[in-house]
Amino acid sequence: MSLTLLNVIVAVVIAIAFAAVNAAYLVWAERRGAARIQRRPGPNINGPFGLLQPPADGIKLMTKQLMIPGGADKILFMVAPVLAMVPAIMSFVTIPFSEGIVARNMDIGVLMIFAFASMGAMAILFAGWGSRNKYAVMASVRAVSQSVSYEIPMLITAITVIMVNGSMDLKAISLNQAGGFWHWNIFPSLQSPLMPISFIIFFICSLAETNRAPFDLGEAESELVAGFHTEYGSMGFGLFFMGEYANIVIGACLTTILFLGGWGCPFGLFPGVWWFLLKIYLLIATFIWIRWTFPRTTIYGLLNLSWKILIPISLFNLLLTAGLLKVF
Amino acid sequence: MGGYFSDIFYGGKSLLVGLSITFREFFKPTVTVQYPYQTLKMSKRFRGHIELLGDDEGKTKCVVCGMCERACPSGCITLGSVSVDIEVDGKIKKKKVLSKYDLDFTRCSLCGQCVENCNFGAIDFSKEYNLASTRKEDFHFNLLERLKRMERLEVKNA
Repeated sequence: MSLTLLNVIVAVVIAIAFAAVNAAYLVWAERRGAARIQRRPGPNINGPFGLLQPPADGIKLMTKQLMIPGGADKILFMVAPVLAMVPAIMSFVTIPFSEGIVARNMDIGVLMIFAFASMGAMAILFAGWGSRNKYAVMASVRAVSQSVSYEIPMLITAITVIMVNGSMDLKAISLNQAGGFWHWNIFPSLQSPLMPISFIIFFICSLAETNRAPFDLGEAESELVAGFHTEYGSMGFGLFFMGEYANIVIGACLTTILFLGGWGCPFGLFPGVWWFLLKIYLLIATFIWIRWTFPRTTIYGLLNLSWKILIPISLFNLLLTAGLLKVF
Repeated sequence: MGGYFSDIFYGGKSLLVGLSITFREFFKPTVTVQYPYQTLKMSKRFRGHIELLGDDEGKTKCVVCGMCERACPSGCITLGSVSVDIEVDGKIKKKKVLSKYDLDFTRCSLCGQCVENCNFGAIDFSKEYNLASTRKEDFHFNLLERLKRMERLEVKNA
C-alpha cells in the first residue's frame, strides 16, 4: 500500500515537473518560432539563444501581487486556474512514454484522458463567470461552445481507432502498431481506408480543444482584451498558460499514441521513449507553425467547420469502419 | 451538396499554400537590426544638428564671418571671436579666430539655412540621432568643444 502511494507521489511530481518545464520552454520555442517565421530573432538577450527567458518570466509572474477584482466570485475565481492545470497533470499519469515508462497503465486510458480533457472547458467557464467581466464571460461562452462542438468529432475519431485496435488501453494501442510505419493507425488499412482523414480530423480537433490559433476564440486578444483570463495576473495567469501548454503536450501525446505508433520506430529499429519524444515535439512544432500561419477564424466559421464538415465525415468514417470490420 | 467537397478541397489547398509560405520564411535570415548593439549607417542626406568641420590639421575652417548666425531664422547660433596677431610675409597682422560656436538645439528646426549660407564649407549636418535627455541644457551644444572631441576620437581610432 505504502509503495503504491509512493509511486503515485513520484509519478505526480514527475508529471508536474514535466508539464512545467514543457510549458516554460514551449513558450520560448513558440516565441522563437514565431519570430523566425516573421524574420525576427525573437528572445535572444537572456542567456545563450535567450534560453534564460522562461525562468525570468516565471520569476516575474511569481513576484507579482495576486489581485481579485471587486465583485468577483472569489471561490470560482481562485479555483479556475487550478482547475485548468489539474486535469492536464492528471492526464500525464496514464500516458505511456514507452513500454516501461508509464505511471499507471489503465485499460480505460483513452476514456480517462477525454474525461479530464472535458474539464478544461469548466475551468474556462469558471474563470469567465468568476471574474465579473463582460469580455471574460463572452470569451468563456465562446470557448465552451467551441469545446463542446469539437469534442464530438474528436471522440468519434477516437472511437474509430478504438474499434480498429479493439482496446481502450493506450499501451495496447501502441503495441498494436509496433514494427514499422505501415502498421501505424494513420496508414490506411483494409478495415478502415479513411484513416489519414481521421488523423487530420483528430489533429484539427486537438488544435481546437487546446484553444489555440486559429481557433483561439476564447482568448481573442483583438476583440475581448485577453478573453477569459482578462482579470488574472500573477501566477493565476501563469497557471492558465501552463495548463494550455500542458494540454498541447497531452494532445500531441494522444495523437502520437492513437495514430503514429507511440514509441515505435518508423522502421522497426530501437523502439523507445526517444521516438515518442521526437514524435510529440514534431507535432508540437506543427502546432506552433500552424498558429503563426493562420489568422483567427470567426465563431460561425469555427462552428460550421465542426458541425458541417468534421462531424459528418467522422460519422461516415465510423460507420464505414464498423461495416468493414464486420466484413473482414 | 453543391460545392461541398470542392470547398473542402480548395480550402484545404489554400491552407497548405499558406503553410508552405511560412515554412520557407522560417529558414530565411532575419532582417532585424539589434538596435543598441548594432546601428544603421545614416544616409548622406540625413539632417542631424550641425557640426563644425575640421581641415586637414583638425582646425576649424570657420572665419567668423557670421553668415550662419544671421541666416538662422530661430537665432540658435551664437558666435564668439578673438583677434590674434599672426605673422604673414614678415608683417604682423590681426586675424579673427573663432573662440565660441554655441548651438541652441532646442529651437533649431533643421532648416539648413546656416549650412547653405556658409561660404567656407565649415559646417555640415552631423549624423547624430541618439539625443535624449531630461534637461534642456543638454541640448545647448558647444560645437568648438565637439570638434576637438571628434578630432581626439579620430586620432585614437587611427
